[in-house]
Amino acid sequence: MMRHIISLLMANEAGALSRVAGLFSARGYNIESLTVAPTEDPTLSRMTIVTSGSDAVIEQINKQLNKLVDVIAVLDLSEGDHLERELMLIKLKAEGEDREELKRLADIFRGRIIDVSSTSYTVELTGSRAKLDNFIAAISPELILETVRTGASGIGRGDRILKI
Amino acid sequence: MELTGAEIVVRCLQEEQVEYVFGYPGGAVLFIYDELFKQDKVKHVLVRHEQAAVHAADGYARSSDKVGVALVTSGPGLTNAVTGIATAYMDSIPMVVISGQVPTSVIGEDAFQEVDAVGITRPCVKHNFLVKDPKDIAPTIKKAFYLARTGRPGPVLVDIPKDVSNQKAVFEYPAEVSIRSYSTPGKGDSMAIRHAAQMLLEAKRPVVYAGGGVILSHAAPELTALVKLLGFPCTNTLMGLGGYPGTDAQSLGMLGMHGTYEANMAMQHCDVLLAVGARFDDRVIGNIEHFAQVPRKIIHIDIDPSSIAKRVKVDLPIVGDVKLVLSELLDVLRSSKQKPDAVLADWWTQIESWRTRGGRLAYRNSDEIIKPQFVIEKLYEITGGEAIITSDVGQHQMWAAQYYKFDQPRRWINSGGLGTMGFGLPAAMGAQLINPDATVACVTGEGSIQMNIQELSTCKQFRLPIKVIALNNRYLGMVRQWQEFFHGNRYSESYMDALPDFVKLAEAYGHIGMRIDKPSDVEPALREAFARKDGLVFMDFRTDSTENVFPMVPGGKGLSEVILSEDL
Repeated sequence: MMRHIISLLMANEAGALSRVAGLFSARGYNIESLTVAPTEDPTLSRMTIVTSGSDAVIEQINKQLNKLVDVIAVLDLSEGDHLERELMLIKLKAEGEDREELKRLADIFRGRIIDVSSTSYTVELTGSRAKLDNFIAAISPELILETVRTGASGIGRGDRILKI
Repeated sequence: MELTGAEIVVRCLQEEQVEYVFGYPGGAVLFIYDELFKQDKVKHVLVRHEQAAVHAADGYARSSDKVGVALVTSGPGLTNAVTGIATAYMDSIPMVVISGQVPTSVIGEDAFQEVDAVGITRPCVKHNFLVKDPKDIAPTIKKAFYLARTGRPGPVLVDIPKDVSNQKAVFEYPAEVSIRSYSTPGKGDSMAIRHAAQMLLEAKRPVVYAGGGVILSHAAPELTALVKLLGFPCTNTLMGLGGYPGTDAQSLGMLGMHGTYEANMAMQHCDVLLAVGARFDDRVIGNIEHFAQVPRKIIHIDIDPSSIAKRVKVDLPIVGDVKLVLSELLDVLRSSKQKPDAVLADWWTQIESWRTRGGRLAYRNSDEIIKPQFVIEKLYEITGGEAIITSDVGQHQMWAAQYYKFDQPRRWINSGGLGTMGFGLPAAMGAQLINPDATVACVTGEGSIQMNIQELSTCKQFRLPIKVIALNNRYLGMVRQWQEFFHGNRYSESYMDALPDFVKLAEAYGHIGMRIDKPSDVEPALREAFARKDGLVFMDFRTDSTENVFPMVPGGKGLSEVILSEDL
């Protein structure tokens, strides 16, 4: 069961997202995360799906995605060099001496505190899934009030480009 | 000139040269029906249930290679159609279904007869559309027909809200379609085809395994030429019957769960397998681990890359239109100096011994009670093997597939993938309409026929001289057979009590009904029925209720782990 990050370009049509999501649920494929937004060409959407499966399952996922009429191009980013980033917004209980400690921790992880109240910080943090996981692991669970993660976005390195 | 959306729909159907639309009116499609009324190029066939509209469009498509068209209203009209759409999807049948939708202003408000048609059909269509602007109707319908018939065919739904069908737009039917995200494979990779030719020429124990893709791609002549040229055995799937002549000596008949012993043994023990337009379905290959125990090289030709390496590993994939790939393969083989391996004779000797062991589909006939296989054999004789046979789902379907030898494509019409009971009669209606001079028979059972029996009324209205061959064994026979084999003879809910008098029922619908109880009456009754060219005859054959379908590869078992008839 290898983790794969699959990137695809599809027509920015109503229902296109549900076709992809429906394909994964109907055929029993895993989805760890799925992100989607329009590209610089508003008729196109770019989607990043993080999934896992045996080589045979990943091959089928690629083929089945290509078969969807709305899908224009599919690239398994994990087959080559790529970059992967995820954004997390995390609200932390920040009182007393925790305030200084949490700020220091945010700095170490190159996070930014983007909202402050008398009892809480909201930290914005970008990075790989592992980095976000590590940040969460570094904080006592009782201090975590809320986490919001976008799921991974991916892009190929250098000349690896998915564009039409 | 501006036309209403409804006028545009009908003009589009005319542009696509649609001869028949199968449908049922309702609130959301009233404007479209009004426009149908005002013209006579597109004929409408009023069914008695929307499921039958879609099956009829399906039978029309399968027996003609035209795109079938169905028209249904919103809500229950659409949900009734879903079984038909899923049936067509599983068997890759080209079809356009137009459904009405509630007006755009009330979509999402749980309006009367509202259902999310695009959402509900999404997993069982090749593609679907909701049209929100009348100017989009023509380009969308053009795309729908294009998608339905190209590549791996399939059903496409176009959902049109009522207000859109009443608003005006300029009508222009596009000459071309361009969908940037959609392309269809054409010819296969020439290197791979040459490689395939080499593998075939060196094979010691080859088998050609041909599926429904051969029929869909009109590749029966190419397949037949290839098999003849090589002298190889050929087996056809349930969907592929008629793709290679069933009466030919090189035909092993059907393979799979109820395939012939020789076909399944040859599949299991071959060294080179040429799969053509087939998808290694669970009912065909049985247990895939068991299948993989014997090493063999697999060449797989299919237009859909996702069918390749889905269930079994493939050594040489060739993505392309089956007809084009087979043509090129034939050219390569014809120009090759090498001939198929001489040891092929040993392989045929082996196959002949399997044929003998398997008993050539023998069964023990009776003077007392009608054997269902006997009815199909007589049906084959009396129709000279030339009829279009539709079937429902169950034992009768398997017997029809086994005992009616199809020499040509598009003569055998059944729900292979989804296994939809109730398919046979409406499919026969579609087949009869597009083949008015053909003999069309629907082989069914007393269970299946009751799932769309209301269509006897449609048959009366449109004077369709279909012959209904009901093998009435008072049981849901295939269920009963599984209960006998695997559930300790506990016949849970598989007995049909309180059956109607089918003769009177046929007569109530204005048809001729016949009840046949004795084996000696089978042939005369069939002759009498098929002599009547002017009307439908419903034949209620009272058959042996204990008869089972053999051979049988039980679910989850390997192809050689077969149960043969005790009568052998």
